[in-house]
Amino acid sequence: MDLLRLATIGSVDDGKSTLIGRLLVDTRQLFDDQLDAVAAASEKRGIGDLDLSFVTDGLRAEREQGITIDVAYRYATTPTRKFIIADCPGHVQYTRNMATGASTADLVLVALDVASGLKEQTRRHLCIAALLGVRSVIVAVNKMDTVAWSELAFQRAVDQFETLSRELGFTSNLAIPVSALLGDNVVENSANTPWYRGPSLLDALEASEAGSWETAQGARLPIQWVLRQPGGGRTYAGMVSGEAFRVGDHVTLLPANIETTIRAINFGGEPRLEATVGLAADLDLADETDAGRGDLIATAPLPTVTNEFEATICWFGEKPLSVNGQRLRLKHTTKSTPVRIDAISGLIDIESLAIKDASSLTTNQIGLATLITADALVVDDYREDRVTGSFVLIDEVTNATVAAGMVGHASFL
Amino acid sequence: MTTTLRTPHATDHLDVLESHALFILREVVAECERPVLLFSGGKDSAVLLHLASKAFAPQQLPFPVLHIDTGQNFAEVLKFRDRTVEALGARLVVAKVQDTIDQGKVADPGPLGSRNRLQTVTLLDAITDNSFDAAFGGARRDEDKARAKERILSFRDAFGQWDPRQQRPELWQLYQGKVNPGEHVRAFPLSDWTELDVWQYIAREKMEVPSIYFAHEREVVMRDGMWLAVGEYVEPREGEDVVRKMVRFRTVGDANCTGAVISKAATLDAIINEVAIANVSERGATRGDDKFSETAMEDRKREGYF
Repeated sequence: MDLLRLATIGSVDDGKSTLIGRLLVDTRQLFDDQLDAVAAASEKRGIGDLDLSFVTDGLRAEREQGITIDVAYRYATTPTRKFIIADCPGHVQYTRNMATGASTADLVLVALDVASGLKEQTRRHLCIAALLGVRSVIVAVNKMDTVAWSELAFQRAVDQFETLSRELGFTSNLAIPVSALLGDNVVENSANTPWYRGPSLLDALEASEAGSWETAQGARLPIQWVLRQPGGGRTYAGMVSGEAFRVGDHVTLLPANIETTIRAINFGGEPRLEATVGLAADLDLADETDAGRGDLIATAPLPTVTNEFEATICWFGEKPLSVNGQRLRLKHTTKSTPVRIDAISGLIDIESLAIKDASSLTTNQIGLATLITADALVVDDYREDRVTGSFVLIDEVTNATVAAGMVGHASFL
Repeated sequence: MTTTLRTPHATDHLDVLESHALFILREVVAECERPVLLFSGGKDSAVLLHLASKAFAPQQLPFPVLHIDTGQNFAEVLKFRDRTVEALGARLVVAKVQDTIDQGKVADPGPLGSRNRLQTVTLLDAITDNSFDAAFGGARRDEDKARAKERILSFRDAFGQWDPRQQRPELWQLYQGKVNPGEHVRAFPLSDWTELDVWQYIAREKMEVPSIYFAHEREVVMRDGMWLAVGEYVEPREGEDVVRKMVRFRTVGDANCTGAVISKAATLDAIINEVAIANVSERGATRGDDKFSETAMEDRKREGYF
């Protein structure tokens, strides 16, 4: 059974949580006692029989305020697929949590209120999803019941969405008219939308070919841990990204630039012939090296070894990010190093997607910056490898994660 | 020596979940000074321990195993705990709730009262006393709506508290467990596993789990809508009928707040089939401790619970 990770995005009150609640209820993924608990919580707050948003809004504060604060992870299984669903918050102040949910997604599901159209927060979420490298998007044009199932209203929302989707470079997009509240076109196609000939949301999710999107060239293994083998040898453990490694592959250890070959591959103490992408393998190298955590084993074409690079930064810190501002550490793959911001070259205007001049980034702004690290990093452009192209910035004082960073910048910028 | 080489199939969901867990285990061990693995002898922590042994094979575990002992355990589970830890050559640390009671830090609920909530104090003391800065737990997000909200690496302040409104962003697989002295992180490598995934994995890996997970005949009483096993910690109350039923346990907690389910599932395959078609959630069917209020788990987690 394969695995698809999806994240719901979109503005507050466009119905993300209700949509996921509806999908889970109508595909019978919820247990009777969980459904009873949702019903009891709805009744307690005097909001009808069943507030479906309570399926994922599980925190006390979320239910009291009727909003989503942090990502809820839910799981669904159909005969062909396991789904990991990250239901993300819509409010702008929780953008960091939305980025958390979307950073591991293969596909984003956008809830869009048909009456109000594309709000700034929806644009922001789509922009972040695109920057994070998600290539597949399904837009659920929601609350169709409030516009009397009007095809015209649906088409107006779709036109707005498609213009933006094209600019952002999504390669697969599909729009579905739904009512999360009533269930139309969520699991079954609805008689209320005879003019819609496409799949229901569930059918679309089952058929989606979202998944690996990188234009990866070359295998990568950032070393996490050195395992000592009986008899004195060492193997290097880490998770494979990019392409697979095979026994006998010619590899380069970076940043030391030592060339060698793979003598053996293990997983959990058992030998393998191949380490596929995503496998937490350990590699035995033919030549003696002093490799350790933070080094990287790669096949050609090789990544870049550098102390200075341009990156796209999503800033989550409370105080603005600026040159010579806070003391920061950078975590990239399995390596941590002090870092300073050499220059901020601009910030993204969410409305126009243009780069505007800026010398600092405030909370939840996205911009471009040049970074200089104390130790050399082994990087790929984010669009080529999601693992070797991503990093986070950490506040040295509080240890809080204050930024998501991507090496290079998206083609739409 | 002859070995069989397996061809990898990394798109299979169990393989993806397994490698992800191994990656998390290694990251936390590499980034934290003194990690520990919380082991109750239940199926989830058994899977976690199994994954840890794979993550660091052929070496021994680079951290000890901690059991928070309420003193109200099922005997079969304690035997399984000791057998499993010994087979791995791991170091077992046992922290007893009885000691916390004897120190006067919590009220004694009496010989038959639930000690479930008291465990939090014992756990936080054990973390402080041993200067642990990371604790692996077998909690899964599908268990409860508050757990569904928690990060894989979950920060705890100097009081052991979880603040669901101030969780660190957790981007990609860049897990960062850096803490200041006195603080710690909880790490949940099984976050994305469901109950069904756990059982499928146990079957695939041919793992041993405590015998009480399999259907067996036992004397039980119905209390608060749950079948409780009659024994040292559960005595029938007035008006309760003791009956013999074919039961199994879906979760393993304290003997006096963990309900049995009526079941004929005596094999792993039968359990997998039963779990796949269950109408009631794992905790809903079996845990008295979650029935107090709508946010029972969130409230306990805020205090520092597992």
